[in-house]
Amino acid sequence: MSDLTTRITMPQNASKGDIIEIKVLARHIMERAIDAVGLKPSPRKIIHTFRVSYAGEEVFRMDLSTGIASNPYMSFTTVATETGVVLFEWLEDGGARHTRVQTLIVS
Amino acid sequence: MNRQGITRRTMAGGLALVPTGFALAQGIDATINRSQSDRNFEVTERELLAGRLPINSGITLDIPTLSENGNSVDVGIKVDSPWTREDHIRMVHILSEMNPFPVVARFQLGYRAGRADVATRIRLAATQKVVVLAETTRGLIHRAEQEVIVILGACLEGG
Amino acid sequence: MFALVQPAFASDIRPSREFLSPELRAQQDDPARHPGWLWVEQGEALWRAAPPSGQPSCGGCHGSVAGMRGVATRYPAVSAEGALLNLELRIEQCRSQRQGEAPFGYESEALLSLTAAIAARSRGLPMSVVTSGAAAAHLAEGTRLYSLRQGQLNLSCSQCHDDNAGRRLRGDVISSGLGLGYPAYRLEWNGVGSLHRRLRACALGVRAAQLLPGSAEYLALELFLADRARGLTIEAPGLRR
Ligand code: HEC
Ligand code: HEC
Repeated sequence: MSDLTTRITMPQNASKGDIIEIKVLARHIMERAIDAVGLKPSPRKIIHTFRVSYAGEEVFRMDLSTGIASNPYMSFTTVATETGVVLFEWLEDGGARHTRVQTLIVS
Repeated sequence: MNRQGITRRTMAGGLALVPTGFALAQGIDATINRSQSDRNFEVTERELLAGRLPINSGITLDIPTLSENGNSVDVGIKVDSPWTREDHIRMVHILSEMNPFPVVARFQLGYRAGRADVATRIRLAATQKVVVLAETTRGLIHRAEQEVIVILGACLEGG
Repeated sequence: MFALVQPAFASDIRPSREFLSPELRAQQDDPARHPGWLWVEQGEALWRAAPPSGQPSCGGCHGSVAGMRGVATRYPAVSAEGALLNLELRIEQCRSQRQGEAPFGYESEALLSLTAAIAARSRGLPMSVVTSGAAAAHLAEGTRLYSLRQGQLNLSCSQCHDDNAGRRLRGDVISSGLGLGYPAYRLEWNGVGSLHRRLRACALGVRAAQLLPGSAEYLALELFLADRARGLTIEAPGLRR
């Protein structure tokens, strides 16, 4: 399922051995839990994990908390090793998993 | 693609496992019904250091000293490392001194990251210290901290 | 019919981007890091989505959203029916009349997203609204409102955005008060909001009555601001603190 609006910025092509930078935005309010006395309790609803695999191998993982700003942004690097699929996964409280794929062509 | 296969290869490839005491499936903190962690900043940092003396160099921490709005504060982190298969940065933690949850984010890097160079945007409830810990595959810990002043807006919103 | 007011507005009117901190300005210029582009993305998806009514999608009639280049520079404008419409209300008109759907609603995420997607196509193009003919009366009203002292603090827009532009007001640097960056992502909002929402925040700042988004007064002010920004380039989606 994927009703998550995202933007991924990364090169489409790279030379083998290049370190490429990947920047990622997703639209999510990153809601904190409410448990104060007198208020209607509600659980946290955030993207708690973001992970990226490249040609089948996990290359980056970020664990997020309610301390991450709404519409979470992250950037990271990976070494271009081979032409392959880069799979982006956002795991949300409540069990939803959102995915996007991009292809990196390595020459 | 076989999930089991991915997991095994991932581990063999040197991607770090998470420290004990945290539920991986829930991100950093499993207490999703709570607005506040039961661990404070000092306890959390002590647990992460696990008796090790941190090295107060090697991290380039890019945070504004004066934040325009605590809803969104840019954090950029680079860590010096020889970056070999045996010796690279495997984990970077962002801690905040005063937020309800002291661990703001944790980045897990593998050898294939090529270097330690990550960024994100965090919330800061008030003026406070932000601490970054970076662990190497050899078990060393680099540490950097910076005070961030959070200023409030002029015109509040009336809905 | 309208007394011509000729108040002393600042001659040095500068785009809002020049008042931003270097960090925010850099981020506004970088779609990879600017969260406002998520709304653009969403708006482009809506542009292609067929409405439940069975009528065509926006794109079904208009083609690619790229064809909307320059449109935002001409709004607000008086419609064929004689009403002053800004870009939001022009989209709502197509939504109800051409798609046979209920309007999205002012400040709804869908309308903000479509407006952001269309306005983004005019990024870098100069404002050029029509102020003659039927628009003239609206411009005069906007000019009057802009110079009107309001609220418990008894301040006009001009007293802040002309007399004090460039000065600090608590955490803010007061700009020339232009609408070039709207819809804008405001850190304070954790999301994208319209120019009228921003105007409501200014009204609250001087403890004046907040009008409804889409009201005749805010539309007239928007036209005045667009005329004031004539020749300056669109920044939408803007990034604000
Ligand atoms: C059934 C066809 C049809 C559909 C569907 C439609 N429009 Fe339109 N739209 C028109 C026509 C016709 C005009 C008037 C063109 C003109 O005046 O040159 C127009 C005008 C506009 C304008 C003003 C353009 C200008 O140059 O001033 C905008 C903005 C616009 N539409 C946006 C939208 C959006 C957004 C949607 C989807 C929510 C949409 N339209 C759906 C037919 C359509
Ligand atoms: C007490 C001073 C004050 C008054 C009076 C005031 N504003 Fe503002 N306005 C501000 C501040 C502060 C900001 C935020 C900083 C900025 O962008 O100028 C702002 C922002 C704006 C912006 C957004 C600019 C941008 O690019 O984000 C617009 C447009 C604006 N004001 C228009 C108006 C109008 C129209 C009025 C009169 C109805 C008005 N303001 C009255 C202080 C004021």
